[in-house]
Amino acid sequence: MNIIEVRNVTKEYSSHTALDNVSISIPKGCIFGLLGPNGAGKTSLIRIINQITGPDSGEILFDGVPLNPNHISRIGYLPEERGLYKKMKVGEQLLYLAQLKGLSQREAMEKLKSWFIKFDIKTWWDKTIGDLSKGMQQKVQFVSTVLHEPDLIILDEPFSGFDPINANLIRDEILELKQKGSTIIFSTHRMETVEELCDHIALIHKSRKVLDGAKREIKEQFKTHTYFVEYKGHLDELDPIYQILDQKILEDGYLRSNIHLDGEANSNALLLNLLSKVEIRAFGENIPTMSDIFMKAVNEVPEA
Amino acid sequence: MRNIFLVIRREYLVRVKKKSFLVMTVLGPLLFVAFYGTVFWAAVSSVDIKTVQVLDESGLFRNKFKDSETLKFEMTDTSIDSAKAAFPNSDANALVYIPANVIKSPKSVRIYAAKNVSLELKSEIEKVIEKEIEDIKLAEAGITHKILEDSRVNVNSETISLSEEGEKTSSSGAATVIGGICAFLIYMSVFIYGTQVMRGITEEKTSRIVEVIISSVKPFQLMLGKIIGVALVGLTQFVLWILLTTALTSATSAVIASKMSKESAQMAQEMKKAQMPNQGLPGGNVDNPVAEVLGAVSSLNLPLIIGCFLFYYLGGYLLYSALFGAVGAAVDNDADTQQFMLPITLPIIFSFVFAQFVLRDPDGTLAFWTSIIPFTSPIIMMVRIPFGVPAWEIALSMVLLVLGFMGTTWIAARIYRVGILMYGKKVSYKELVKWIFYK
Repeated sequence: MNIIEVRNVTKEYSSHTALDNVSISIPKGCIFGLLGPNGAGKTSLIRIINQITGPDSGEILFDGVPLNPNHISRIGYLPEERGLYKKMKVGEQLLYLAQLKGLSQREAMEKLKSWFIKFDIKTWWDKTIGDLSKGMQQKVQFVSTVLHEPDLIILDEPFSGFDPINANLIRDEILELKQKGSTIIFSTHRMETVEELCDHIALIHKSRKVLDGAKREIKEQFKTHTYFVEYKGHLDELDPIYQILDQKILEDGYLRSNIHLDGEANSNALLLNLLSKVEIRAFGENIPTMSDIFMKAVNEVPEA
Repeated sequence: MRNIFLVIRREYLVRVKKKSFLVMTVLGPLLFVAFYGTVFWAAVSSVDIKTVQVLDESGLFRNKFKDSETLKFEMTDTSIDSAKAAFPNSDANALVYIPANVIKSPKSVRIYAAKNVSLELKSEIEKVIEKEIEDIKLAEAGITHKILEDSRVNVNSETISLSEEGEKTSSSGAATVIGGICAFLIYMSVFIYGTQVMRGITEEKTSRIVEVIISSVKPFQLMLGKIIGVALVGLTQFVLWILLTTALTSATSAVIASKMSKESAQMAQEMKKAQMPNQGLPGGNVDNPVAEVLGAVSSLNLPLIIGCFLFYYLGGYLLYSALFGAVGAAVDNDADTQQFMLPITLPIIFSFVFAQFVLRDPDGTLAFWTSIIPFTSPIIMMVRIPFGVPAWEIALSMVLLVLGFMGTTWIAARIYRVGILMYGKKVSYKELVKWIFYK
């Protein structure tokens, strides 16, 4: 079951096309990475899902139903450009935002209490937002995003502006929310976050979707069938099905090579082959990082 | 609907809780009462009786100069030279010399005084003399007693219409004051509260909270909520001002009244000592001007004026605050608002300038058109209403105003919706027009 189905969505602005016939499925209960270079159209898509703007054509299904205003209370949105009313008090502000999402004052109050205890920010209630540090404001905004326990949480660059300790805190919260059954959309270009947290990804480039699917499958798809080996000795006269791509001398005198395997060859045979020739320190498959995939996918797209 | 209500509540509470709101609420009536009190005090305490000596050689004006509240006439029979010599040592403020040949050469009347006499005194004296000379000259010209009587009748009937006119002038004085106050209040509130809407929107935009809010609330709801919230702040301010002013004014009046009754008692005693009971300044007289004003005010249609004031305040405010809101949404910070402010503030300022002319000629062509056109009508119509305006004109102007603010709100909403999400871009008028026609 998909919580969000984006179907053939196109959005044009006067001077450019933000989204060009984009279709994406976001499975329920996953952490979904929405990737793409700056200006690719991520924010436009997020705004359409948030019903801030509408698509020119195409449709969006939320839980199988065309997106409608009732879904607003089931979505939590943390925009990239953070902002709160600077002159309002923390407590009042959170209550207001929670009520706009459809919570009653009492419900909001109860939930806020537990979050304030959890984040150990009880003393902030009567502080003015403007008096808090940027990191503290971000924490408050994160609380406002997830307070109404939305089914879908959209986080645009959630870790920017957090120190490592708080970033960890937020990361744990995100994982907990996923445990509880929320779906999370990450919009980011920080590949380490994607590597660590996302189950599914979609890559948007130049207004078009260029890649999507489960992270595991995509990695499989981008595999180069190369292995690396670190060794001492002379590595030559390997079977022709093993193609030595390069050779590099490491600082401690060991050598490192990447070896490409033809389709039917397997790594055990290669290893056996190597064992007889050199002293091996390390051996492994070159698994593409998300960063590699990102670069590759983006560079492969022909200039529009 | 719930969300609009939430937005209204926030906008309202945030502003009402501000210290500046409290200060304005208290300071407004205090300033008003202080002003009113000072004026009243000055008026009351400066009532001193001026004495005017009259040297009438012609003998025609023996009983023609009537003492008034502030003037006392004394006839002297000495020669002009001795009168002039005695004048500096006397209590008199002025000396009027009427020569024997005054009828032949009226310009020979002289007023001597230590300082320049007030225009009021001068015209008062001239009036009396002119009237008398006129009468005499009419008689000399052979106008018989009968003709004079006949003409008196004419004059009399004219006097009735004149006195009606006089009544009208007195209430048109009140109408002028009330029209002026209403126009000023609407002018000020459109500016103050319109700018508040604009600031609020720019603040939301620059603090970037707007994106969070409009993921829960429709942009139009947010804009409307803000406009209504601020309107209610304005209404609260007016109501508090009226209540506080009334309370303070009645308190001040009570103080003044008690002070005055003491003083007039003292004065009466002094006058008794001087054995001039006739010239006493009765304490009751002081209340008369107040009663007069009250009478004039009550001759106006107050419920209509108050009702129309509220309508035109709201209408004018809604019309302009929507436009101010659009400007707030179009720019990135307060400094950039200037370029778009002019076309909005110009009609408001113009209406305020026109108001001065309309006060003088409330039924003229300018008055008619400017009170019908929605951009000027909130101020101009309020100037006209105390003078009496045909119902159809009010109705037409109201309908057009409602259409007007619906129009500006529609335009503003189109600009707003695009503008609040547009950052870091200097916007031109051309761009704004484009935004209006986005689908």
